[in-house]
Amino acid sequence: MSIDTETAARVAKLARIKVEDSALPALAEEFNTILGFIEELNEVDVEGVEPMTSVTPMRLKRRADVVTEGDQQDKILANAPDAREGFFAVPKVVE
Amino acid sequence: MLDLTYTAPAPKVIAGAKEDWELVIGMEVHAQVSSNAKLFSGASTRFGAEPNSNVAFVDAAMPGMLPVINEFCVEQAVRTGLGLKAQINLFSAFDRKNYFYPDLPQGYQISQLYHPIVGEGEILVDMGPGVGRKVRIERIHLEQDAGKSVHDMDPNMSFVDLNRTGVALMEIVSRPDIRGPEEAAAYIVKLRQILRYLGTCDGNMQNGNLRADVNVSVCRPGDYEKYQETQDFSHLGTRCEIKNMNSMRFIQQAIDYEARRQIAILEDGGTVDQETRLYDPDKGETRSMRSKEEAHDYRYFPCPDLLPLEIEQAWVDDIAASLPELPDAKKARFVGDYGLSEYDASVLTAEVESADYFEKVAAVGEDGKLAANWVINELFGRLKKDDREITESPVSPEQLGGIIKLIKAGDISGKIAKELFEIVYTEGGDPAQIVEARGMKQVTDTGAIEAAVDEVIAANPAQVEKAKQNPKLAGWFVGQVMKATGGKANPKAVNELVAKKLAQ
Repeated sequence: MSIDTETAARVAKLARIKVEDSALPALAEEFNTILGFIEELNEVDVEGVEPMTSVTPMRLKRRADVVTEGDQQDKILANAPDAREGFFAVPKVVE
Repeated sequence: MLDLTYTAPAPKVIAGAKEDWELVIGMEVHAQVSSNAKLFSGASTRFGAEPNSNVAFVDAAMPGMLPVINEFCVEQAVRTGLGLKAQINLFSAFDRKNYFYPDLPQGYQISQLYHPIVGEGEILVDMGPGVGRKVRIERIHLEQDAGKSVHDMDPNMSFVDLNRTGVALMEIVSRPDIRGPEEAAAYIVKLRQILRYLGTCDGNMQNGNLRADVNVSVCRPGDYEKYQETQDFSHLGTRCEIKNMNSMRFIQQAIDYEARRQIAILEDGGTVDQETRLYDPDKGETRSMRSKEEAHDYRYFPCPDLLPLEIEQAWVDDIAASLPELPDAKKARFVGDYGLSEYDASVLTAEVESADYFEKVAAVGEDGKLAANWVINELFGRLKKDDREITESPVSPEQLGGIIKLIKAGDISGKIAKELFEIVYTEGGDPAQIVEARGMKQVTDTGAIEAAVDEVIAANPAQVEKAKQNPKLAGWFVGQVMKATGGKANPKAVNELVAKKLAQ
């Protein structure tokens, strides 16, 4: 798989990261290097091997259905650039 | 268990300008899990709280916070799967669905794309007595809800409330087995009914606790059958997805509009673009949500914060053992055990509370059919007049059962029973005592009735002459006798006596 500058631009846009056009070729090249590195893994034969999901034999931790958090509107909004009447205030987004 | 048999309804056919078309509809229903806390945090799910007060740090995507799954939400998903006769996957896993929106602080929704917790199931959608559409369920997965954006509080800003962020949703995905707008609405009705029976979702559509994305395409008659034979989607038309519908009426209107829009395009020689659309109820039309198109590249990948969700068969078996009787089974039992019509059984089983109420009335009153009539006609009618739910009924099942018992014993006539019902409804009290105390007992004593009949006949000689010419006028005498006895005379006895006396 090869990443061209157009794909690199699209990935940047989806990630909401601003990349100047002049920086795109270098970014695409970096993507290609990373993908090439990962593709080396394809050389390993994993036929019949279960995918490893954790390095330790752990079970997914569960919680009980009990309310233990909340009532901290001030803390939740503390880092917001703008908050009004208990809401986060953001530039208008309308469909 | 008795099973009712069903035949499939005919698909809806829409006549285009040139030819006939059929609809093919699939639904993705988002049902909010009834739980106290969210899917991955200990924040409350309570509706209508102060903005941003039901938010844990993990919901707000604060750095370093990790999600921990709410086991009850998992149980509810399994319960729902079992209720839809679906396969339960002992191994499932969570994935990140990446997109940007102000009400999604993480920048991704935790969902289950590759390994959903529930696999294939089915729903029988009732389309009237003896008619039902079997709709296949493809999967149910657990996922997080997003927050809520408010756009009308400020001209330049949108306001974001994260209270709903992270609340557990079950996304219930159907196969494209729904064949018309009415079936689509009936599908939601049935699904909602099952969820409410199971107690896994309250089904409140107004609050957005149950909402649907509707996939609509059109095809020529015969194409759908080819699809069903082969499961090859190329026989079907290109679909459009109408997002976020939370009204049965709008769902039907949107599907109808969307089908006609697609037919017009196709008959003009055009092609339908696969896209996401929004229904505008004010204009009665769907429009493209172009902004969503690019965002559809969700770049799913397994969520590294969560291990796979592994559950044990024994746990699933325990949940299965605790399932309540579900609507189809209850309806069939009501038809079989109480001799009700399928229609009456449907009405009574629509809500589990109504069904329970009816069964108590039938047990106390010892007559299923009579109990059904009284619950459906008198009680439901009266409650509707006061805009009350069955759970708020001033008449308890024991009281209504008591009234039925009195009717059955011949103690009160049907007319008096209605008066008695109104008294119990407004004043309360034990029906039998009220009847006794207020002298409402039906007079079956023929001597007393005979005296009343004689009195009326003696007082109206002119009418007697007329009635002798025209036996139909006997009804007038019956009415007078009933009036004279305050409605308490046994109408059958009065009829007989009037006929007999007039014939003399």
